[in-house]
Amino acid sequence: MNPTAIFINSFVLLFLIVSFFKDKSKTKNATKVALKSLLKMLPVVLIIVILIGLLLGLAPPETISKFIGEQSGWEGFLLIAILGSVAHIPSLLAFPIAASLLDSGAVLTSVAVFITTLTMIGIVTLPLEIQLMGRKFALLRNGISFIIAILIALIMGAII
Amino acid sequence: MKNTTEDKQVKEGRKNLIGLGFVTLIFLIILKMFPEKSSSVMDVSLFYFKEMMLIFPAIVLLMGLFMVWISKDIVLKYMGTTSGLKGIIISIILGALPTGPLYVAFPLALALKNKGASITNIVVFLSAWACIKIPQELVEFQFLGLKFMAVRLALTIIFVTIMGMIVEKLNKIVE
Repeated sequence: MNPTAIFINSFVLLFLIVSFFKDKSKTKNATKVALKSLLKMLPVVLIIVILIGLLLGLAPPETISKFIGEQSGWEGFLLIAILGSVAHIPSLLAFPIAASLLDSGAVLTSVAVFITTLTMIGIVTLPLEIQLMGRKFALLRNGISFIIAILIALIMGAII
Repeated sequence: MKNTTEDKQVKEGRKNLIGLGFVTLIFLIILKMFPEKSSSVMDVSLFYFKEMMLIFPAIVLLMGLFMVWISKDIVLKYMGTTSGLKGIIISIILGALPTGPLYVAFPLALALKNKGASITNIVVFLSAWACIKIPQELVEFQFLGLKFMAVRLALTIIFVTIMGMIVEKLNKIVE
């Protein structure tokens, strides 16, 4: 187990202990909810794991790099930004995907823009956002989010 | 209401299982076609599966704990009409703590708007809900490293705040 995983598990364990002493039934409820969502998540985890295996194990790094690596240029960058806006992947699973893309030769800016657009922008949830918050608000928020996702990624590429 | 969400969950679960069957089938066919690659494919898959399983049980547990301790009522109660820097900080924290998909946050945002919260705060709240979640940051830490996570988090907070102000200004101009 790597240090990060140990840190995360101890962090959560601490929360769990505090929660348990404060309210046993609430804590029991929380573990039930957690178990349920873990089971629900498992098939999707397996799908992602298989796809990552196929991607990294079969596609030569040069091919991947052509689309999202150094050679891809602006088109590749914008393409992945749009892909992140449209895709509807649970954000927890976006990070392993992002890591696998980095492993396979994707550039950092592309990976950063993918995660940011994926989490911030929801084309799938846009109709609901328009209905509840109004067309102007929803379009402004999603539109500006797209621009700042690109800015965040470019700055990250420059400083990391 | 509860029944329909449960129905939806069951349907979604079934869809995921069908998807898994389909992907497994493709996986097996491809491995048959390229037997020389199968060990490297399996290695990669197993590696990522292990990495995910090391932290996902803890992450969903954390989300469960947030769910029982931080209710929507608490968010509504504390997120008010405070403006300025304090309002923005409160919006970020209240957006980052509870869990749930973005579409759960929209009705909350609407309630906040009706309560009189500023557009800046609502935009910051929604953005924090979407991309500054604590469980999410932990997963990012695990897979992309501390530096990547911390830099992206800092930049996100800065830009989301600026975006909130811009949306508020533009909203007024268009009106």
